[in-house]
Amino acid sequence: MSIWVDENTRVVYQGLTGSAGRFYGLLNREYGTRVVAGVNPRKAGEDVEGIPVFGSVRESVEATGADAACVFVPAPIVPSAVAEAAEAEVNFIVVITEGVPMHDEARMFALLRRNHPSVRLLGPNCPGIISPGKCNIGITAGHIAKAGGPVGIVSRSGTLTYQALYELKEKGIGCTTCVGIGGDPVPGTNFIDTLSAFEEDPETKAVMLIGEIGGSAEEEAAEFIAAEMSKPVVAYVAGLTAPPGKKMGHAGAIVSGGKGTAAAKVEAFQAAGVLVGRNPTEAGELMADLVASL
Amino acid sequence: MDLLEHQGKEFFASFGLPTSPGAAAFSVTEAVEAAREIGCPVVVKAQVHVGGRGKAGGIRLAKDLQAVRQAAEAILGMDIKGHVVSRLWVEAATDIAEEYYVSFTLDRSTRQHLGMLSAQGGVDIEEVSANSPEAIARIQIDPAEGLTPRSARSWVLEANLSDAVTEEAVDLLLALYRAYTEGDADLVEVNPLVVNADGRLQVLDAKVTLDTNSLFRHPDYSEYDKTSPRDERERLAHSKGLQYVGLEGSVGVIANGAGLAMASVDVVAEVGGSAANFLDIGGGADADVMADALEVINGDREVRSIFVNVFGGITKGEVVAEGILKAMDRVDISSPMVVRLDGTNAAEGRGILRPHLSGRLMMAPDMISAARLAVECAAEAEGTAGAECAAGDEGTEDEDTAGDEGTEANGAGRGGQEGQREGQ
Repeated sequence: MSIWVDENTRVVYQGLTGSAGRFYGLLNREYGTRVVAGVNPRKAGEDVEGIPVFGSVRESVEATGADAACVFVPAPIVPSAVAEAAEAEVNFIVVITEGVPMHDEARMFALLRRNHPSVRLLGPNCPGIISPGKCNIGITAGHIAKAGGPVGIVSRSGTLTYQALYELKEKGIGCTTCVGIGGDPVPGTNFIDTLSAFEEDPETKAVMLIGEIGGSAEEEAAEFIAAEMSKPVVAYVAGLTAPPGKKMGHAGAIVSGGKGTAAAKVEAFQAAGVLVGRNPTEAGELMADLVASL
Repeated sequence: MDLLEHQGKEFFASFGLPTSPGAAAFSVTEAVEAAREIGCPVVVKAQVHVGGRGKAGGIRLAKDLQAVRQAAEAILGMDIKGHVVSRLWVEAATDIAEEYYVSFTLDRSTRQHLGMLSAQGGVDIEEVSANSPEAIARIQIDPAEGLTPRSARSWVLEANLSDAVTEEAVDLLLALYRAYTEGDADLVEVNPLVVNADGRLQVLDAKVTLDTNSLFRHPDYSEYDKTSPRDERERLAHSKGLQYVGLEGSVGVIANGAGLAMASVDVVAEVGGSAANFLDIGGGADADVMADALEVINGDREVRSIFVNVFGGITKGEVVAEGILKAMDRVDISSPMVVRLDGTNAAEGRGILRPHLSGRLMMAPDMISAARLAVECAAEAEGTAGAECAAGDEGTEDEDTAGDEGTEANGAGRGGQEGQREGQ
């Protein structure tokens, strides 16, 4: 099994007619994802290599039964795109777009929580979600992941996620679902949301968590793991040597006022019984040993 | 993007917050001129992007123009925690009756806004928080609802400010919240917020961090960006649109993806070296962006070796390898470079690089061995200035280890050993 998406997930791409949306939408379709529609009010009635383009998300849902959305629109209109998808009763919305202002993200998340509590938002500024062999929504190169299980992956970083998928595949280990929650300060889906879904998924037997500096999401995840999880977790935290006060590429990756350091996160994980790799390779090896012992 | 105090005050004033009359000054003469206009006594304040100005002597009260001159002479050019003062803010002095603290920022764990208000201002709020947490009134604000007058009032009452300023405080907090949200700030902090001799509230210091993602709706913020403290390397990288953070070490780091770039910097430290920078070239890693990155690294005189760590996802290894070669044609790299290329079609990519390997361009099969080789090259260059890196016995040992690891990872050990041979 996989979490949140599977081979039946039908996805509408908001921004399919833009360059990134088209590129990744077609790649996702090639992978086997059911890419059923695109949305662009100015191009309704057209198609992108056979994928019909509708004037609104609601029309696309009525015509195709889309139940997930993938958002590639420019940052300034991300909030309205997400609201439109939620109002059309799409229950899983993935926002790939980076550069969304923090206040827009905070308001967008609060509005969803209040008006559409059953909708799950993933992102913004995330690589998306892949359940290898079933569904790939976003910008992950599907072929670097091995289908099956028993590992679930959740990560704040794109390339480190690819690295993890790839290393596991090289070691012959499959992945149930790989969730990129993104590096922004207000992620629609956080570590705990994902960990609890993995805990409930019978096919996921172990979880790889990739964190980084900034905020306290890793510390909260560690608490959750200690209190609520029966499945083993291996973690890696990037940014051990990051200087304070600097945003390290991601908007949310910043040590400020002595808070959000990688050292504190590693310590929290270790206290929660999580195996922590000093570098991505070591984390992969720890997971391989763990899987061998399952 | 952090604002200087005076920029923060101008930002606050544009939202109707009560600040003191003042002017920026870049020389002693300008400071004296400003003081003459404002009227003494004034406070002469160093404008730097770092806290602790007061303790360092960067804030002085001046009763007359002679004192202003002396203060400006003393403060201009002063080094405050590595920040040299080139700009002053001269403002009318305020008689202080009480000092409060207020701030708004995002509480990432609740994904709501957090307001903090305290009647114990004027000191380090971290200390207040540690020693007497009850002295800080906290409020969680739903970003969809915003701060309402009703919730602002009960928050003010909870903070035990002077009764006389309750109404004024409610208005001020609403205006400050507006500055925080409509102004797209990550943080607004006023410490101290004072009650002056007339019993009125006044903003005496301003700490503002603006969200650079909001520049599309605040084109005027690019002015602030120009005064952001950046060393030359950061300025160059910024102008090329690269995600770059300058560090102190000697190994230049280039990686695709913020997480991988952070991990690369960490791994350099893990094997005993020290990175000169964090540089994320993004997912594509094509020749243009690689050339830009190499130019930025070249501009750093402390760099002794370059560690390129690229993981091919959608972008195939061949494309990355060709990008590296093209970039090297365009940029004459000043230090030896070690490439770790993995992911999609990594073997093909390594095959493209292999004929070009030399003492200037090396390959290693995984992150750790590549970092180790780059650190060794840097150490060697430190020892013999200008020497090209010729990996010695230690290198062989490392490469062998790396080769063993590499056999699990795509048979990559071959690449490393060839790199080693070519390297000598």
